[in-house]
Amino acid sequence: MSGSKPIMRLLRLREFPIFQQLQVEERLLRDTQCNWCIINDGTAPPSIVMGISGKPELLLDVRAVIQDQVPVIRRFSGGGTVIVNSDTVFVTIICNRDAVPNLSLYPHPIMRWTEQLYAPVFEGVPGFQLREHDYVLGSLKFGGNAQSIIKNRWLHHTSFLWDYDNIQMQYLKLPSKAPSYRLARPHGDFICRLKDYLPSRDLFLQTIVSALQVHFIVQGSTIDDTGQNMPSKSPRTTKILTSVQLDSFLTDCNPKV
Amino acid sequence: MALRTLVTRTAAALKQRCQPHLMQSITVVLSRRYSSVPDDLKYSKSHEWVKVDGDTAVIGITDHAQHELGDVVFADLPDTGTSVSKGDAFAVVESVKAASDVYSPVSGQVLDINATVKDTPALVNKAPFTDGWLIKVQLSDKSELDSLLDAAKYKEHVEHSSH
Repeated sequence: MSGSKPIMRLLRLREFPIFQQLQVEERLLRDTQCNWCIINDGTAPPSIVMGISGKPELLLDVRAVIQDQVPVIRRFSGGGTVIVNSDTVFVTIICNRDAVPNLSLYPHPIMRWTEQLYAPVFEGVPGFQLREHDYVLGSLKFGGNAQSIIKNRWLHHTSFLWDYDNIQMQYLKLPSKAPSYRLARPHGDFICRLKDYLPSRDLFLQTIVSALQVHFIVQGSTIDDTGQNMPSKSPRTTKILTSVQLDSFLTDCNPKV
Repeated sequence: MALRTLVTRTAAALKQRCQPHLMQSITVVLSRRYSSVPDDLKYSKSHEWVKVDGDTAVIGITDHAQHELGDVVFADLPDTGTSVSKGDAFAVVESVKAASDVYSPVSGQVLDINATVKDTPALVNKAPFTDGWLIKVQLSDKSELDSLLDAAKYKEHVEHSSH
């Protein structure tokens, strides 16, 4: 701690592979005691990322994913499925229990706090809110978020849609469990592009850092500071599904057309 | 769940024209005071319960925890035969986009897991102290039970803690 605000170590990345990013996040959450923010401006290659309980056969057009060789990752946090690429902006916050005073380490209180954190970033953009656990502008979702909570630490990560590829969205099926405000809309009618609402991507990233500085003393860090190549102290959950595993999810329910 | 219905109706009866998040806050505040805490169990500060039967114990999460977590949609339980240690995570439950660790109040070896919860994770919400149990353990050190909370102390802990 320094003064009255806790220190937040900020790691800025660009086009960092999302699988490696998730591995770093899981390690920072479980094996370190610092507060971290990771901002990754885009990722390559385009990848599908499912939550901890994600089932490819229910969530994906598995045949198309295999055919197009799209990596499929199952991450350590909860939540749904996203397809990410160079037009996705990732922001991850990892905090100790005492980093945010009086915060109850359960999903709803954490998300209410992150909604407050992000509110200044979207000042002047009508309709920003956390709606049924999604970040939206009115009825349009612009970011997927998920969390991982351990005994005295928590992680909240968001994939912001600066832009997206309609064709890539077709890898994702309409989930069986969807927020009520979705109203069975297909992806294209349910999500929006932040580039249509904000003046610039660089300014978006800058305002996120400014929003963090309201609550934390932000200190720059490098990828080497994360100790990413050090052995893990505990088992890791984040995995890339192998082609053999993906093949096993092909059933007669996904026949070739 | 009936208690939550009562709380919700009470909040509505106050004719508070609340925003949904305010209604939820009221419900959380009122529900916390009335979370079920059976007297015949022991509790951890991380909101797990233990029911001891000789040298074995059944473990689950408390009513307070299930309410705070929200609808549980997935439970990742250890394999039978796995060793668990007091204070270490032994399972993960998913709710409201969050994967949350569950911690063992005791040390021992997993004798059985609740396969029904793996198929129907909502049991953790509906019946946290009965059908929503998570694992059964062969205790390796019964003295660890002495440091757990009884019902009265656990109720105090819930009142005073944020998690």
